[in-house]
Amino acid sequence: MTEFEYAPALESTSILNLQSDYNLFINGKYVPAKTGKRFPTINPATGEAIANVAYADLADVNAAVAAARTAYEKVWGKMPAAERGKYLFRIARILQERAREFAVLETLDNGKPIRESRDTDIPLAAAHFFYHAGWADKLDYAGLGVNPKAHGVVGQIIPWNFPMLMLAWKVAPAVAAGNTVVLKPAETTPLTALLFAEVCQQAGLPAGVVNIVTGDGVTGTHIVSHPDVDKIAFTGSTGVGKAIARAVAATKKSVTLELGGKAANIVYDDAAIDEAVEGIVNGIFFNQGHVCCAGSRLLVQENIQDEVIEKLKRRMSLIRVGNPLDKNTDLGAINSAEQLARITELTSTGDAEGAERWSAPCDLPSKGYWYAPTLFTGVSQTHRIAREEIFGPVLSVLTFRTPAEAIEKANNTPYGLSAGIWSEKGSKVLWTANRLRAGVIWTNTFNKFDPASPFGGYKESGWGREGGRHGLAAYLKGGKN
Amino acid sequence: MITDFSEASLKNFLKTLPPVDQVGAEARAAMLATRSIKTSSKTWAIDTAISMVDLTTLEGADTPGKVRALCAKAVRPDATDPSVPSVGAVCVYNDMVKIARTHLDSIGGKHVPVAAVSTAFPSGRASFAVKKQDTLDALENGAAEIDMVIDRGAFLSGRIGEVFEEIRAIKELCGDKAHLKVILETGELVTLDNVRKASYLGMLAGGDFIKTSTGKVAPAATAPVVLVMLEAVRDFYASTGKRIGVKPAGGIRTTKDAIKQLVLVNETAGSDWLNPQMFRIGASALLNDLLLQRMKMQDGYYASPNYVTLD
Repeated sequence: MTEFEYAPALESTSILNLQSDYNLFINGKYVPAKTGKRFPTINPATGEAIANVAYADLADVNAAVAAARTAYEKVWGKMPAAERGKYLFRIARILQERAREFAVLETLDNGKPIRESRDTDIPLAAAHFFYHAGWADKLDYAGLGVNPKAHGVVGQIIPWNFPMLMLAWKVAPAVAAGNTVVLKPAETTPLTALLFAEVCQQAGLPAGVVNIVTGDGVTGTHIVSHPDVDKIAFTGSTGVGKAIARAVAATKKSVTLELGGKAANIVYDDAAIDEAVEGIVNGIFFNQGHVCCAGSRLLVQENIQDEVIEKLKRRMSLIRVGNPLDKNTDLGAINSAEQLARITELTSTGDAEGAERWSAPCDLPSKGYWYAPTLFTGVSQTHRIAREEIFGPVLSVLTFRTPAEAIEKANNTPYGLSAGIWSEKGSKVLWTANRLRAGVIWTNTFNKFDPASPFGGYKESGWGREGGRHGLAAYLKGGKN
Repeated sequence: MITDFSEASLKNFLKTLPPVDQVGAEARAAMLATRSIKTSSKTWAIDTAISMVDLTTLEGADTPGKVRALCAKAVRPDATDPSVPSVGAVCVYNDMVKIARTHLDSIGGKHVPVAAVSTAFPSGRASFAVKKQDTLDALENGAAEIDMVIDRGAFLSGRIGEVFEEIRAIKELCGDKAHLKVILETGELVTLDNVRKASYLGMLAGGDFIKTSTGKVAPAATAPVVLVMLEAVRDFYASTGKRIGVKPAGGIRTTKDAIKQLVLVNETAGSDWLNPQMFRIGASALLNDLLLQRMKMQDGYYASPNYVTLD
């Protein structure tokens, strides 16, 4: 060995108790789908099936909603708030105790690097339960007036990019506020949600408070259109979000939507360049770029473009792409063949429209779904890769000349979920942040999450907030969003 | 990069350096600390780290006997295993240089250089004349490497022309005879912006290495500090074609610490810096932990510390 090559450091999967078939979780019990139908969930790093999962049809969704309604009327809605809080604390502690198991399963089912599931997804999921456990008996002090009320039964539909973390974002505030839940994990990543059901059993959570139905978009439609669901919370694509908004229009249902984004990451010429480069990499290559708030549009001041791009390319060449279970992997597998096809299609329009493509030199595994870290330079506002959410490890680089132009370009998008600002000059940072139309703005950092901090978007990036007091309000009646 | 080395010109140049965001630098260093180095890469890293150790004794109580013992350890770190490489250098005070050089030569250690700490180490609080004489003494006695300290007082009060001039003058004394390592004493410079500026001063003034610390001030070779210094040598090479070495010193006591340093090098400056010509680790206790871990890699179990020699 002449160079420092990192030998494989694989996280063992022996901690998992994988089954060949998984059932739905309704009314505190694992039950098969009424039709007996199942679908496979794939390990995107190999393309092989991990297990078969029950497919929930209308009858199963009806059963889950009925169980949630009964639990709300008979148990959870009446329970003293402090008691509810105890269950949440218990769940949070069990998540910490079983963190490694969850991390390994998440990586297996989703394709994300074990370093991220271990250091980000699972610890943050536990943190959300701890945070909301504390709120359960303090709802009077949430600034919503005295004695705010739960909605009742909440239907929750979550995406595949952070399966367990999005579950925590949804379930923790809902049940802390006194609602009961019917949750549908994404079709390609159902396994951690089903393991979470086991945690609910372990914590002794009353039957029916949390119900988990696995399936596809049709299953989701059954939840959204179910007449006995009081509120819908959805995280996913803007297209589906619009369909949900249409479906619940003129019904009693409340809705929160956390949708797509095309965040601008603005780098001024007085930024700390090395750390900005780290932030750009973190912004777009974290979780393979499968992040709704990803910094997918780099807006770099034109006079430092060459320096930044050179450093960025050097840094991107260091990204370790490969087996997600390897503790040294930085970029894992693309979650599905479908998503890979979408990334490939959108990036080919970048080539066709005249942007210049550069990909980090790396060996991609022969099996599974992979995409090398890629950047496009010479991108203009009119290019599809500057406007549409690619949701992959692909960065579009645009330039600006003045702060005003940076703002104009950053806001020139139907989205408005997040943005980044890189400058060492505090006054300029505040001036910029005040003018950006985005729900979350990071300065001199990116992709930082905390349960106490509300998250959500402007414009087509969504309705409502998740996390913090604002996120809690979305699960209470009388509360302002 | 810069041709006019007047104080005004140097000040202007340092102002053009991009600032360092401390939170970001710490996050990058912390992420790199999660790298898992196992099996063959650990074996490689341990031997590489041994060859990079500047085996050091810098005590008021140093004696010829102590220094000779250190020399023996430096040449053959593990008495039972000749496959263990010699360390990078022996690092001693000025008055011990001759004893170290003579002893090394007599025990087959001609290939192990002697490094002398110089310029009124560790504080640097002496007249310039004394600092120069200090260096000349070390060179005359056979030091092949001079570890000088910068004048932190001058740096912090903005007299960077003085800092530059001292380094330049000491480098001139070293000539072809010795490599110059410039100790920044980052624990006294405190901010990472200062670390970056001082690194550039050291490189521009002719230092062959930039070194974090004397080992007498804490904190010493923290990961963010080493990261910033590695970025400095990387960028300096990109713009001048000149490769400057880096030496973290102080606080690196375990194999794990040392491997983290190698990961920092690998993923910042790159593999061209992963050799004793470009990277050294100033340490004393570290060597024995490296040897114990090396035995563990070979034998599969941890040996008692009594199986490695004290010095």
